[in-house]
Amino acid sequence: MSRPGKAEAGITRASGHLHRLLTEAWRLQPLYVSLYAILLSFLIGGVLISMIGVNPLTAYWALLRGMVGNGERLAGSLARSVPFIGSALALALPFRAGLFNIGAEGQLLAGGLTAAYVGALSWMSDVPGIVAIPLILIAGTMGGAAWGGIPGVLRTKTGAHEVISTIMLNSVVLFAARWMVGSRDPVVLRDTDSTVPRTDPIADTAVLPELVDSQPVLHTGLFALLGLCVVVAFMLNRTNFGFEIATVGLNPHAAHYAGMNVNRVIVLAMAAAGAFAGLAAASEVSGTNGHLQPGTFFLMGFDGIAIALLARTKPVAIIAAALLWGSMLSGAPLMQQEADMSIDVVRIIQALVLLFVAADAIVRYLFQVREQGQQGQSPFQAASVEGAV
Amino acid sequence: MTDTVLEVDSVTKTFPGVVANEDVSLTLDEGEIHCLLGENGAGKSTLVNMVFGLYRPDRGTIRVRGQDVYFEDSGDAIAQGIGMVHQHFQLIPVFTVAENIILGNEVTKGALLDLDTARRRIHALAERYGLAVDPDARVGDLSVGEQQRVELVKALFRDADILILDEPTAVLTPGEVDDFFGVVRSLTQQGKSIIFITHKLREVLAVADRITVLRAGKVVGSTTAQGATQQSLANLMVGRDVVFRVEKADADPGVPVVRVRGLRSQDDRGAETVTGLDVEVRAGEVFGIAGVEGNGQRELVEAICGMRPATGGRVEMLGEDITDWNPRRINQLGVAHIPENRSKHGVVAQYSIADNLVLNRYSQAKFSARGVRNTSAINAEAAALMEQFDVRATGASAALSTLSGGNQQKVVAARELTGELRILVVAQPTRGLDVGSIEFIHRQIIALRDRGVAVLLVSAELDEIMALSDRIGVMYRGRLAATVDAADATREALGLLMATGSSSATDREKQ
Repeated sequence: MSRPGKAEAGITRASGHLHRLLTEAWRLQPLYVSLYAILLSFLIGGVLISMIGVNPLTAYWALLRGMVGNGERLAGSLARSVPFIGSALALALPFRAGLFNIGAEGQLLAGGLTAAYVGALSWMSDVPGIVAIPLILIAGTMGGAAWGGIPGVLRTKTGAHEVISTIMLNSVVLFAARWMVGSRDPVVLRDTDSTVPRTDPIADTAVLPELVDSQPVLHTGLFALLGLCVVVAFMLNRTNFGFEIATVGLNPHAAHYAGMNVNRVIVLAMAAAGAFAGLAAASEVSGTNGHLQPGTFFLMGFDGIAIALLARTKPVAIIAAALLWGSMLSGAPLMQQEADMSIDVVRIIQALVLLFVAADAIVRYLFQVREQGQQGQSPFQAASVEGAV
Repeated sequence: MTDTVLEVDSVTKTFPGVVANEDVSLTLDEGEIHCLLGENGAGKSTLVNMVFGLYRPDRGTIRVRGQDVYFEDSGDAIAQGIGMVHQHFQLIPVFTVAENIILGNEVTKGALLDLDTARRRIHALAERYGLAVDPDARVGDLSVGEQQRVELVKALFRDADILILDEPTAVLTPGEVDDFFGVVRSLTQQGKSIIFITHKLREVLAVADRITVLRAGKVVGSTTAQGATQQSLANLMVGRDVVFRVEKADADPGVPVVRVRGLRSQDDRGAETVTGLDVEVRAGEVFGIAGVEGNGQRELVEAICGMRPATGGRVEMLGEDITDWNPRRINQLGVAHIPENRSKHGVVAQYSIADNLVLNRYSQAKFSARGVRNTSAINAEAAALMEQFDVRATGASAALSTLSGGNQQKVVAARELTGELRILVVAQPTRGLDVGSIEFIHRQIIALRDRGVAVLLVSAELDEIMALSDRIGVMYRGRLAATVDAADATREALGLLMATGSSSATDREKQ
């Protein structure tokens, strides 16, 4: 018998704060604000570059060619972007339910560890790829889902806020992974033949087929994550579960009144987020690396937060935002080579993008001030319903 | 002849797509209470927000004591001696009364707050105008009526002599309303002038000197309280003849379908506010629960509808023990619930009308198959319900937040009052609604009763309880102090029961 007790009261109280954050974000920011934010960031980045004495056009031209200059570079950029789709979805879905999942970083590692463990099981090389590949992907997905579900359960049972618990769980799994993958005595997951800490190589049968031999390799994990975006978009926009998620996110009191199981939605949304991160991690372990190092997913979860917010948590826009993010990282080395600009410039630009998306008033002020003056200020500026089902 | 302190001259204000005020004129004399009457969305708030400097008029002039004024913001209005008490109080609960009052207008001694001087001034104001407030009480601990007094003192502290009161009585109990009128009169006797916004006709006639009626952004009538009746004002507001009495035949009650026995429940802070309540509601009758707010009505309704756990006792509906059921299961039994707080529980403001109309039915086979929403069926249902319940909007896909309060409530009513209904639990069904919408909702409730639905009505409006109910229970400190036949009930007797929990004066049939 589920009774809405103390925990529920705690949840609704805590989600009130995030609810406000959520509705603000939706109300204020159509997608074009993101486009302006990108433009503005590159402008400021350009100023920075010229201050160092480099022609920003030279630097950006090199960056652009590094991103999409030829087929191989383009494939490399794509490959770099694929896992970001998963980590961004891991923020996006709970966000719709009014939850702020900061835990993709840890959920990626949890999924990656599970995938690496299952992929390296001795019998995996004895089963055909058509069994082994789904197995490794499912393993990663489940590992991520379990790790993501924990903060959901904690929130519903104890009222512990998911922002705090996911941050803490990130640390738990990060240090656990370092130990499990690094320790020689006892050996847990470490490949003892390797000089660097990493897990045993996965079975050949569990390796996702390669598409392009780029740097990094573009593999069929691409289709898994693109497919995931479509599934998540459909789920959010067309299914009852999506309706429940949006209702809990926009007005948990009304969700409770309408007979929705708010706690169930919270746990499932967090578990699903973990699953998305886990799938991205498994795809990386299986298709890109063939093993797991504790630092493989460093910053990938946090970048996912930026990407998801840049895409206004819309699954299809996440594909575009992830592509931008990944290809900038992948193109930066050419910029360093040709224009002698540090790769960190790209990181600065990305940070600026997130800053302008978060502090969108700046963007609105710079790009919209005249438009608003003409319209006259309306107190009834209709709340946008985009994103709602 | 008294002086005109405020003059609004042919003011027009448009928002994209809406003319909120068109050529509105109004004068306020010194020491006068001028009631601004109109349905929701008639433009009352827009008008006073311009007077208070929150909006700027597109055309027209506002004059204070004969001088043209152009307010950039409310600070300019305050400097001209205009004060406003908003419907939703602008107080900080953790601050004391004195701290709230001086906020934004701090009395300082060097770099430090001079709370002593502030306290003295507050005391002086309180005494002069009969506004009892304790400067050192925490605002969060005060009752709604006391908080309102703090808002008034706050405006007076800033030397306001034109006071705008936006729906000041909406949050008060009948007794508090009477006190409040006393305060308002004492203010005007000492030279303050008051614009009083309301849509409650009884209050207008009780307190106003002059009355201006707005409809659809235009002034449709100006009169004095002596020259007006409730009927004439209502007709002006709505633009047609309004029927006040809810026309209904005698009830033909059947068997009890709701049986509540010894119900106990707690509020959000864990205090027991339903303390062993018994009630029975029969099919085909309206059972009204009257009572001063905060006597456990909210918790009673939520406990009955599965939204709040019962800590004791049991609830039976249609022969089933539903005490621990969740809201969905109770709803599926044929129990509809129009919640007290529409925007908190009843709707998702950002959703379309269509989505709000299926908020608790989206998972029915009619609206979804294998978990996938059937959008065309949802929209078709929405179009039909909007027609049937006369929801005025641009379409089913319009965001609910764009509707007026009355239309929002119609959306809730449309959702709850369709389908195979056996029991209706309805709390404050017409709070904040205009006359036309109230009429509509009342007729719906009576129509359901006549179809054999058992209605449990909770309302803080005694008029509403008396107009709709067949039997009336007065809730006092978590249980029913008395149950009376509506035919025998008088306002005075019910008021006494609400205030004291006993009817020693009349000693009616007490259960």
